[in-house]
Amino acid sequence: MATTEILLAGFGGQGVLFAGKILAYCGLMDNKELSWLPSYGPEMRGGTANCSVCISDEPIGSPLVLTPDILIAMNQPSFDKFVTEVKPGGKVFFDSTLIEAECDRADIQLFGIPSQQLADDNNLKGGSNIILLGKVIKETNLFSLDVMKKGIEKVVPASKAHLIPNNFKAIEIGMNS
Amino acid sequence: MERNLMKGNEALAEAAIRAGCKCFFGYPITPQTELAAYMAKRMHKSGGVFLQAESEIAAINMVLGAASTGVRAMTSSSSPGVSLKSEGVSYIAGSDLPAVIINVQRGGPGLGGIQPSQADYWQATKALGHGDFQLLVYAPASVQEMVDFVVKAFDRADKYRMPAMILADGLLGQMMEPVSFPEINPNAYDKSGWATNGHKNQREHHIVNSLYLKPDELEKSIVDRYKKYDIIKETETDAELYLTEDCDILLCAFGATARVVKSAVNSARELGIKAGLFRPKTLWPFPVKEINEAAKSAKTLLSVEMSMGQMVDDIKLAINCSRPVEFYGRTGGVIPTPVEVLEQIKRIGGAL
Repeated sequence: MATTEILLAGFGGQGVLFAGKILAYCGLMDNKELSWLPSYGPEMRGGTANCSVCISDEPIGSPLVLTPDILIAMNQPSFDKFVTEVKPGGKVFFDSTLIEAECDRADIQLFGIPSQQLADDNNLKGGSNIILLGKVIKETNLFSLDVMKKGIEKVVPASKAHLIPNNFKAIEIGMNS
Repeated sequence: MERNLMKGNEALAEAAIRAGCKCFFGYPITPQTELAAYMAKRMHKSGGVFLQAESEIAAINMVLGAASTGVRAMTSSSSPGVSLKSEGVSYIAGSDLPAVIINVQRGGPGLGGIQPSQADYWQATKALGHGDFQLLVYAPASVQEMVDFVVKAFDRADKYRMPAMILADGLLGQMMEPVSFPEINPNAYDKSGWATNGHKNQREHHIVNSLYLKPDELEKSIVDRYKKYDIIKETETDAELYLTEDCDILLCAFGATARVVKSAVNSARELGIKAGLFRPKTLWPFPVKEINEAAKSAKTLLSVEMSMGQMVDDIKLAINCSRPVEFYGRTGGVIPTPVEVLEQIKRIGGAL
């Protein structure tokens, strides 16, 4: 496959970098080439955070994603800023609890799910990012559920292993929404 | 071999520990801080010393002291911090001591910014401190090379008794990529002839020094060092040549920029433009033989850098100005895009 370029963006604290890390670890578990690059400027200290993830069968060139195939947006400024940059044929996943999707592009697909609301309803505090990942694997052929689970197991540190079932549950909710 | 996922900064630190680094002295600065943080966590568990000094100047002088005893010592920083270390680096070179210095570059001059840059090329290859001296300078372009080059830097620093630098940048330091750690069996170099370690009065004492008040003695020490540099220029150059065999346009780029350029070269080839890439892995010594081999069929060369153009002069010298050498760069922390570089290739391609 060609390189799949993914951009994740939202507020600092929403787990944007962590969700990106899960995708990166999925790539590792799936024996793909991959790169993960966070924004590390002042914006990560309380403002907007974003991260670039590239998944490929070939070595990755520039790890900086400017025109994503997949955009995962978790707040309005990120959606507004990046939706215009998505490649034609690309897919946009966003939290419809926080984002009003105003977009007149006919050449991309929008998948809005109320991930923040779903996380709150299911007692999964901070799980909005993972719910969106569930939706991503349902609507793309990026990774299988099996690989996603392996990725999560790998990225969650041993001291927080008790949170793994919650992450699995969040993936399931995202896949079914 | 097991693939791990690590940030470049962490991989540099892990590689140093595996290469037998026993002393790390540093001072935090974005975008290299994860390196020091990793050392703080891991160094004492592997029998080494991690120390956060009161300043960059203190840290480099601690490296000088540790290296004098013959142990493998390292410091790391980012551009403004490396400037502060320059005096110490000159002393280390003047004292013929092995040490590894890491620069995860950010935008300058002054405090500059914290985004990736390559604007310390001149500093690293020409004048990291006062006096006649050189450092070995390695330019990794991936997290894996960050590991491989740290191992090599420690080895060559010991072999030639001189400082070696890893010239990385914020992009490489911050990104995660799969990385494998090879089995490392560091070569054991005999340091018993010069190291100032304890000997219970069993031998004459050794002196580590860079002060020579008699000009002829100082001159001799420098000339001897330059004989060593001549050997290094002959034997230690390293470069990647990519699609250069038939190229009309030879792009030249190192480090993170080379990744961007490689993508652009691939796109150019799809358009039928014969572009190739020369990527120096050693910046000093500059790979003169290699670039001449790469440029055999090239009509024009194009250097792409995250600076205002600092490698261009080395390229012109290396090919003896036999072909035009053009430049394209972004600076101040801006990363050039493959699309921008492709535009430059097309512009030159059209003119050929």
